[in-house]
Amino acid sequence: MEKRSRSFYVLTAFFALFILFLYGPTLTIGVLSFQGPQGGLTFPMNGVSLHWFRDLFEEQAVGDIWGAFRRSLALGLMVMVTTVVVSVMGGLAFRKRFAGSGALFYLIIASLVIPSILISLGVGLIFNQFGLRVHWATSGFGSQLTWTLPFGLLIMFAVFNRFDRSYEEAARDQGASAWQTIRFVVLPIIAPSLIGVALFGFTLSYDEFARTLLTSGSYNTLPLEIFGMTTNVTTPVIYALGTLTTLFSFLIIGAFIVTVWGLGKRRARLGSDAGKGL
Amino acid sequence: MLKNRHVTGWLQAAPLSLILAGFLILPIATIVTVSFWQATEFSIIPAFSMENYAFLFGSDVTYRVFLATFKYAAITWALTLLIGFTVAYYLAFHIRSQTVQIALFLLCTIPFWTSNIIRMISWIPFLGRNGIANSTLIDLGLIDAPLEWLLYSDFSVILAFVHLYTLFMVVPIFNTMMRIDRSLIEAAYDNGASGWQTLMHVIVPLTKPGIMIGTIFVLTLIMGDFITVRFMSGSQKANVGRLISNDISLLQYPSAAATAVVLLCTVLIVIGILLRFVDIRKEL
Repeated sequence: MEKRSRSFYVLTAFFALFILFLYGPTLTIGVLSFQGPQGGLTFPMNGVSLHWFRDLFEEQAVGDIWGAFRRSLALGLMVMVTTVVVSVMGGLAFRKRFAGSGALFYLIIASLVIPSILISLGVGLIFNQFGLRVHWATSGFGSQLTWTLPFGLLIMFAVFNRFDRSYEEAARDQGASAWQTIRFVVLPIIAPSLIGVALFGFTLSYDEFARTLLTSGSYNTLPLEIFGMTTNVTTPVIYALGTLTTLFSFLIIGAFIVTVWGLGKRRARLGSDAGKGL
Repeated sequence: MLKNRHVTGWLQAAPLSLILAGFLILPIATIVTVSFWQATEFSIIPAFSMENYAFLFGSDVTYRVFLATFKYAAITWALTLLIGFTVAYYLAFHIRSQTVQIALFLLCTIPFWTSNIIRMISWIPFLGRNGIANSTLIDLGLIDAPLEWLLYSDFSVILAFVHLYTLFMVVPIFNTMMRIDRSLIEAAYDNGASGWQTLMHVIVPLTKPGIMIGTIFVLTLIMGDFITVRFMSGSQKANVGRLISNDISLLQYPSAAATAVVLLCTVLIVIGILLRFVDIRKEL
């Protein structure tokens, strides 16, 4: 192996600083959420306690945090399932290069780059005009899909661009129907990417703010609840909440990554018996 | 009928098209319509009036706020590009083990899947008047009194933008760099190019599509932002997004809609220019 150049060490230091920049603030509030009961929003630590976490679990805690968490969780799962199903169907459709697919592609890009507040305002106005009540599970759900679907579809495009069609041809040659080809050949091959799409669908919805702002109605999702707290809560309880929900996000991300990794292992073990004959 | 690829194509794309029609096209059409309506203190009235636009273009505030928005976008773009390119370059060309490469790449992307609001809040103990930055600088004897401009200023807004959005540069640039044929770099070395020359004449030109995609992400996210500016400036700074959200909170929907239409046109023009330099479909 050739010797590392000096620029390698400089860049390593730069990368380390970048990681510190990314995670440092989050770690800081992680530490500060263990402030003592008299502690404030900054250092020094005034003792160490679980006081602020206990505050979160008590009834009189500010706002309806647990209700908001349950709604965000439910909405995240709804958005996740919808994103996966719609993205796979969309991905399959785009392989056919149907008339109008170019325009639909640019619509997807538009959905990604349009300022979120426009979706929020527009959907809010429509519901208003038709006398419908905005609700997180209807208007909020649809608005969030305009943010998660482009990511899901871009992943599916990348997947299908690299997809080896000879697997499908082999399946058809052996007499598989169109549905069997998709169910037993295509879907298992793209499964790890679908888990990626699901991860985007859930986490982007769970943390979504701007598109949900005017479309969630009287029941807040968790990010809206947390943002509301920033204006009237001046104790470390907000750090405790931030730490808990960040840990929850890490847990979800970790679970997804482990699943993809496990699928890869399983595939490596069972996938091919090439070279195992004689 | 099902043998026709156009028909099956549209059938498979139907859920997607319906969602985009209902929650993207229809809302924008509504905003455009409402931007011509009139508003009184109590209600909004359907009409066709240029009043909102006349007011918007006749006001100094509009130009100042758009200028501020461009300023945020330009500075953040430059910083995220510099940092993002360096990080992607390091990951793509200096990390030799693929496992380490994936692990470090994930380390860079994980924050993207966590809450932006919390990542903003987490700067407060760092930047505040008695925060870590100020107390460290005082302890080191570099300053006598706490710096006031660390939090609730342009500085903190841009810091938060860079913090939130650099990975939108890292990911596409890294993706493009991984596709560069390594023999081109060897060829450059064999022909006597220095490391710097290889970087500037081989790697940067080949990375342009990734840079463009990252640029589209960063510019649109910043131009449409309202919450980062509001939170990190303590409501003391304005950008276009805040102009819209202020109108909304005052229930001045026609005025908010007119500003939104102008913002949308601006963003689309910027994207239109950038798309001339990159074919997104080819980069996937």
